[in-house]
Amino acid sequence: MSRDDQQTLAGTRPAPTGAPDTAVIKVRDVEKLFGQLKVLDGVSLDVMAGQMVAIIGRSGSGKSTLLRCMNGLEDIQGGDITICGHNVGRGKSNRADLRRDVGMVFQSYNLFPHLTVERNITLALTLVKKKSKAEARQRAEQVLAQVGLAEKIDAYPEQLSGGQQQRVAIARSLALSPQVMLFDEVTSALDPELTVEVLRVMEDLARGGMTMVLVTHEMAFAQRVADQVVFMHKGKVWESGPTKELFAAPKTAEFAQFIGTGL
Amino acid sequence: MIQFGSAHVIYIFEAARWTIVLSLIAFFGGAVLGLLLALARVSRLLILRALSAAYIQTIQGTPLLILLFLSYFGLSLLGYRLAPIVAAGLSLTLYVGAFLGEIWRGCIQAVPRTQWEASDCIGLNRFQQYAYVILPQAVRIATPPTVGFMVQVVKNTSLASVIGFVELTRAGQIVNNSTFQPLVVFLLVAAIYFAICYPLSVASRVLERKFNVAR
Repeated sequence: MSRDDQQTLAGTRPAPTGAPDTAVIKVRDVEKLFGQLKVLDGVSLDVMAGQMVAIIGRSGSGKSTLLRCMNGLEDIQGGDITICGHNVGRGKSNRADLRRDVGMVFQSYNLFPHLTVERNITLALTLVKKKSKAEARQRAEQVLAQVGLAEKIDAYPEQLSGGQQQRVAIARSLALSPQVMLFDEVTSALDPELTVEVLRVMEDLARGGMTMVLVTHEMAFAQRVADQVVFMHKGKVWESGPTKELFAAPKTAEFAQFIGTGL
Repeated sequence: MIQFGSAHVIYIFEAARWTIVLSLIAFFGGAVLGLLLALARVSRLLILRALSAAYIQTIQGTPLLILLFLSYFGLSLLGYRLAPIVAAGLSLTLYVGAFLGEIWRGCIQAVPRTQWEASDCIGLNRFQQYAYVILPQAVRIATPPTVGFMVQVVKNTSLASVIGFVELTRAGQIVNNSTFQPLVVFLLVAAIYFAICYPLSVASRVLERKFNVAR
């Protein structure tokens, strides 16, 4: 981590990311190896504040790995990732600061099965953000209302459908007021009907100005809602740009084929 | 030959208290040691993992009987004369700790890796992850094997009789030596062991059910 970053972290929060034309996420020449296998091969991309960026591509193209690297869940072997002013990837320093600004939602929801919906959401509020129980409960009610599940506050995850669990997972992340949210194939485990309710929540978030990066197979959704689309292939950013332009005129054969197959 | 009578029964029941006391020492001592060992086994520090693994391997490969001999007779040669209850308590703690450590390591690792990731991503530190997310789930997984092992431990306390500690089994031997009524005496002893162990099994089932309802 550079000296400048540390100063930023030690002092006030990084410059507000709401300002337009500010890259909230900067990925530069990132390389990631699993043993001998190079899964990310010189990946670079920028995500601007308030944007929704969809990362698409075939299985094994490295898109989920890229997202996990952005959040420090995987370390990188080369290059540089900055997210909300935090340097991520090599070494695990200042994770707490990173966590304060970046939320993440997973394919398998990963709610805590032994805790109620309320406690799933308030756990980090009380432990990390040091909120009082009442404040935390209030915040839980607020975010649950936002995802349309206010009445489920006392339920256990097991009592909810997959789509509801995923919305709770989004609420849990949202409760911490992140500046950026990462979504890792969040609808891949859901049937079409439940997918819709989760996508609706995400669309609301996008409309509310949340900076979002999502790895997804929901092409129609990406095409309709995402500002930017990144097509990954063989561990590289094969093609990227504003959604409309990209879909209207694919530049590479691989991308044309990918969207042509209707995946 | 002395007739088997109520005095003998009382004597055996009083000795049964020591079986319970010894079991409790073994359990609580072993649980503390076991938890430390389990956490060491899944630690990020190689040295802790190696040391705890070596300890567990060593103890698991040693008969409890030998541990008892070592802590009672062996230590006395070195000038540490432990009372039988202390030597038995110490041996059982070392023994139970090793087994619970290994059982609980498995239970901690049985909690999905994604639970670590999810709790990491909301900013919990490692201690908070253990305390609020990982261990509560591991406890559920751990209950049946732990109670099952405890039943074994209650019965294994009978080995303490070889270092002259008068617990249930030793009391049975003593009474039998004067009454020559092995069938009656040892049936009574067996019944008392059963009376101690059975509630444990029942408690385990109740707990399991409770956990299942709660989630």
